[in-house]
Formats: sequence, structure tokens, C-alpha cells
Amino acid sequence: MHRYTTDMYEGMLAETTTVQGFNGDIINAYFARPLGPGPFPGVVVIHHMPGWDELYREMTRKFAHHGYLAFSPNIYYRFGHGSPDDVAAKVRASGGVADDSVLGDTEGSLRFLKSLPQSNKKVGVFGTCSSGRQAFLAACRLKGFDAAVDCWGGGVVMSKEELTSKRPVAPIDYTKDLSCPLLGLFGEEDQNPTPQHVHLLEEELKKYGKNYEFHMYPKAGHGFFYYDRPNYRQEPAVDGWKKVFQFFEKYLRTSN
Amino acid sequence: MCTGITETAQVKGSGKGPDGWFKLEEVNVSYDHPTDASLERALNIDFVNPKKGLSARVAVELSPESAKKLAETILTTLARGEDHMKNSEAAQN
Repeated sequence: MHRYTTDMYEGMLAETTTVQGFNGDIINAYFARPLGPGPFPGVVVIHHMPGWDELYREMTRKFAHHGYLAFSPNIYYRFGHGSPDDVAAKVRASGGVADDSVLGDTEGSLRFLKSLPQSNKKVGVFGTCSSGRQAFLAACRLKGFDAAVDCWGGGVVMSKEELTSKRPVAPIDYTKDLSCPLLGLFGEEDQNPTPQHVHLLEEELKKYGKNYEFHMYPKAGHGFFYYDRPNYRQEPAVDGWKKVFQFFEKYLRTSN
Repeated sequence: MCTGITETAQVKGSGKGPDGWFKLEEVNVSYDHPTDASLERALNIDFVNPKKGLSARVAVELSPESAKKLAETILTTLARGEDHMKNSEAAQN
């Protein structure tokens, strides 16, 4: 773990910026980074279905606080601008955001982070809920990530009836292409993904000999990190964040 | 749980949003995470006018039980109103 002591200098810069994403589009993004020359590892923080919201800005800053160049692209950029919940409502009414669009935006963010002079050239991807699914998908379909964290990503396992033009392939079907270590955090009481969905994914990861680490928390459901929701579960949330940072430290931190 | 379950219908009427009344064109109904209601999942109803921008939205987030009550109440009220109109028309004739 990255240790802080009271005598250390600490500073952070967090701001909105732009990045080239899917289809060459310039989209906006939130970038939080520790001050100093680095080298720092990076994390692409894909926001969840409820939008590019305050919670995700906080999470992005949390990664920066722990010494990561944290970059959260607005994957809803193409749906217009307004309050995060109004934009999310538009996305929801439009059947969600297309997987290819998210992957393009994530790839642009990855490229941006690796290009920075203070980067140690190691980048992870993180997501919760719908973006947990997208983080897994990105780790399978994009090359260049060094670690991925999928927190309760629903819809990794999909029935044929659930496939749409925007989500044409179930992410589990890309498991053989997973190109980096994967951490998965799940709640036993979740209904999407259910423990059975998690088991199916785990079987697939074993089948292809992938490097993964799954944790299934009892007495937790979906979204147990969200302190502003009734889903919040204090002990699993504290332990889960610890596991996220231990995992990223292991695979992204290089000796300075 | 994120379900992505959404149904859309074209509607006529008016709704009152942050900038006052506006014409409604569409209603989107989803069963998914709410934004504000203290519920793990909700029946979310968005009355919108896409021509007027993203903030032209009247949003409601209900517990599934409340949504069922609302649906029943709407149907009951509609039936009573339609009966009333039929009776009024019959009395006039």
C-alpha cells in the first residue's frame, strides 16, 4: 500500500479536460493527479450508469490521493450536456451507451495517460456497476492495460435475448482475450451479477488460465461502495477499497 | 443491480419542470437504479420533451410497490372519468 505520513508533502490537481475518444471525437474528462514529477501509475476510471457524477469525481480524486494519475472520461459526452442525472436519463432512454463507444473513449484515455511524462507507463482500469462490466470488456478487448478492477459489473454474463446492437456480445465471451490481471469484488445478495453469474465468469477465467482474484462479500448486494445509497455496506466497502489499492499497487507500481 | 430495462411511449400533455410548464412528447419508464430515492431499485418515470433539451424532464422515482399503486390509481381514475363522461353525454341526449 502507498503509505502516507504526516511529514510528507502532498498536493493534487483535479480539473476537467479533453481527450480524443471513440471515432476521433474530442470528449471531456475529469483528470486528478498528484503533484510532483512521478513517475506515477495511471488508472482509467470509467463512470457508472447513473452518470459522470460527483461520486465518480470523488473516486477519481481518491485514486490521485493514493498516488495515481486518475482519468475519468465522460462516456456520455455524445448524449449532450446537462446535470449528470438528466444526461443519465437520456442515456437510459436511448438504451444505454454502446460498448464500442465506451471502448474507444477508454482507449483514448489509456493512450493519454501513457503519453504523460510523469507516467510510469503502467495503467489500470476501474469500474463499478455498468462500468465494472465495461472495465472487464476493456481489459479483454484493448491492449495496454496492466490491471483491471471489476466491481459488481452486471451484464458480463448475458442471455441471447439481452444482446442488443449496442451490446452485441456478452463480455464473458471475450474472456480468452483478457490481457491483464483482474480483480473482482461482488456482493452475495446482488441480483445482477448474481453469485451464479460470478461463478460462470470464474469458471471461464479458470478455463483460460487467467490471472484473477475474486472476493464475494456476504451481507452485501450491488453497489456497496456507494455511501450515499442504501446499498452501502461499511465493512465490505472499507475492505474492498483496501483490496483495490493492494491490487493496483502490486501490478501498477514500479520501483521509483 | 443495473438492469437496463426501459420502455418508451409517445404522450401528449404538459409537465412542469425547473423552467416552468412545457409540452410533453415522450415518457420513459425504467426499472433500475434511482438517482435520488433511497431505494436499491426503483420504477423511474421520466416525462420529457427531447426537442427542448435534457433538462425538459419531469422525473419520478418510485418503489415498485408504489408504482403498482400509481398504475392502479391511474387506471381507476381513468375508468371513473370515462364513465362520468359517458353518463353526462347520455343525460344530454
